[in-house]
Amino acid sequence: AFFWLVSLLLSSLIWFIAVKASDPRDEPLQKGLLIFGVMFSVLLQEAFRFLYYKLLRKAIEGLVALSEDGCSPISIQQMAYVAGVGFGLMSGAFSMINLLADALGPGTVGIHGDSQLYFLTSAFMTMVLIFLHTFWGILFFHGCEHRRWWEIAAVVVMHLAVSGSTFCNPLYVGSLVPSYLLMAAAAAWAYLLSGGSAQNLRRFLLCK
Amino acid sequence: MITFMNNSDSEEEPCNERTSLMSAESPPVPSYQDGLQASEAGEVQAHRKRRTGSSRSPNNIADGNMSDSGVPVRESTSENEEEELTLKYGAKHVIMLFVPVTLCMIVVVATIKSVRFYTEKNGQLIYTPFSEDTPSVGQRLLNSVLNTIIMISVIVVMTVFLVLLYKYRCYKFIHGWLILSSLMLLFLFTYIYLGEVLKTYNVAMDYPTLFLVIWNFGAVGMICIHWKGPLQLQQAYLIMISALMALVFIKYLPEWSAWVILGAISIYDLMAVLCPKGPLRMLVETAQERNEPIFPALIYSSAMMWTVGMAKPDTAARGPSQQTWDAAEDGRENHRSPSHADPQMSETRSPVPTRPITSFEELEEEERGVKLGLGDFIFYSVLVGKAAATASGDWNTTLACFVAILIGLCLTLLLLAVFKKALPALPISITFGLVFYFSTDNLVRPFMDTLASHQLYI
Repeated sequence: AFFWLVSLLLSSLIWFIAVKASDPRDEPLQKGLLIFGVMFSVLLQEAFRFLYYKLLRKAIEGLVALSEDGCSPISIQQMAYVAGVGFGLMSGAFSMINLLADALGPGTVGIHGDSQLYFLTSAFMTMVLIFLHTFWGILFFHGCEHRRWWEIAAVVVMHLAVSGSTFCNPLYVGSLVPSYLLMAAAAAWAYLLSGGSAQNLRRFLLCK
Repeated sequence: MITFMNNSDSEEEPCNERTSLMSAESPPVPSYQDGLQASEAGEVQAHRKRRTGSSRSPNNIADGNMSDSGVPVRESTSENEEEELTLKYGAKHVIMLFVPVTLCMIVVVATIKSVRFYTEKNGQLIYTPFSEDTPSVGQRLLNSVLNTIIMISVIVVMTVFLVLLYKYRCYKFIHGWLILSSLMLLFLFTYIYLGEVLKTYNVAMDYPTLFLVIWNFGAVGMICIHWKGPLQLQQAYLIMISALMALVFIKYLPEWSAWVILGAISIYDLMAVLCPKGPLRMLVETAQERNEPIFPALIYSSAMMWTVGMAKPDTAARGPSQQTWDAAEDGRENHRSPSHADPQMSETRSPVPTRPITSFEELEEEERGVKLGLGDFIFYSVLVGKAAATASGDWNTTLACFVAILIGLCLTLLLLAVFKKALPALPISITFGLVFYFSTDNLVRPFMDTLASHQLYI
């Protein structure tokens, strides 16, 4: 969570500088700067995820060295999951909490002609992002562990795709549907990587 | 009201104790740092709330207790095992401290957000005489710096005064001071707080009910904190009084002064705890020489007492026995046990001399709770509360400060486990908190607002 926060800080710093340095009345430029800010932020988030992975790796080595039987009390997969959840929670909290606070107060959604589904879609989008961060955490760490760079690249591309799809808002079908599809794909992938299989799933569902 | 508050502020100032995390030092007794910065007006109510912060790393406490009771269990442990146990239980201690700090912050933020009283400007403390309603920025800055200098010097004076009192064994005076201070906090501030909350929610309460409620609350609080009581109740009371103090600070410190004071106090904490001639360090060393508990009742202790009960052969009632021990350590300035964890240790030693070594070790580790001074709680909550009160980015800023403070606390505890000596708890967390507050408010907020208005997600 802290690492996500720091990445957010740095990316907003960059965006802020860019905005201050540019002409505030130029609409397309502002929009372009915003898009640039978003993409840069995504890249920075992934970079911080990588840094966090490095930090956790060092911590695990330390724990293994100190433990009695040579294995650490917490596995790298658990750490990947926790890291993903942390990222997701922080990202979700920052996206939603002001919205929620405003939702308490008096007001009408979409009174100026914007979409009336603003709150609903924001909620769904946030939820899908939190899940995605969790899965990306698992995938990312797995890729780093086994040196499979294409997995890492896939995570980055997915993140960029999801953020990019939100540019279609308020055409919600363009952003929510691909995001959910990507989430399903990432979920299945992460599940398989964590050792699950169709058999396990069937056994679990049938309570064998 | 203003004068009244000012008088009572003299009590608040004492509460400015600095908390430093202290890990037990190896020879004789685990000592914990007390952050004393009590700034006290001195005249009216001479009570001082001492917030001592101490955090022990498990090994050191074990060592200290060993030497205390003379049972050399731990000495046989190898360095490696000690380190491993440090790390393992370090994580548990971090969690044990996260929960109360989070609770305190939640209470403060909830109050700030709902009760208007604490965000209204209704005068200032006498410790910050310069007003910030000046037309120019430079003048305002100057005033806030002057305010800070006055506040910090009051704190330093009070700390040195306290150290001198301790050195010359004026225990009754200190004890009386602490009792008066907690009396005021428990009764007066609670009364004001309750009044404001009732006003906000438009709930009527007649005076007899009010008197009953406040009397019960205050009396039980005094008993719990200064004498005996269940551990969780005592923890709850300590959290509540920290929150009350933090709320008072948030209300009565002017804006810029508050931020400068927070920064200056972390620097002071750093110096007072680490410099050889710092008052806090001298206090700790004096307490160590005398093998005494430093200050009662103003440290938050998260010690798990149940193992104490387990150690007793006649485990008649685990509950009462743990309460006894828990309470006994707090609020006593007896000369027999030096630290909070120690009384439990020494008392368990006698009934359980024949325990196998492993369980003994577990016992000690479990009993070694982490201690953090109440001043730390107060200043963390002041930072988060100020962020909630004054930031225009609302919840984002508050959340960012919250995470920053917790991470700072984590790092401090880590350093404590590594260095195994007294450490100040304020600097890292407050620095992170300040950095994140200012950067989130000015940089992240416009970014997030623009993103939210276009419904873009990063």
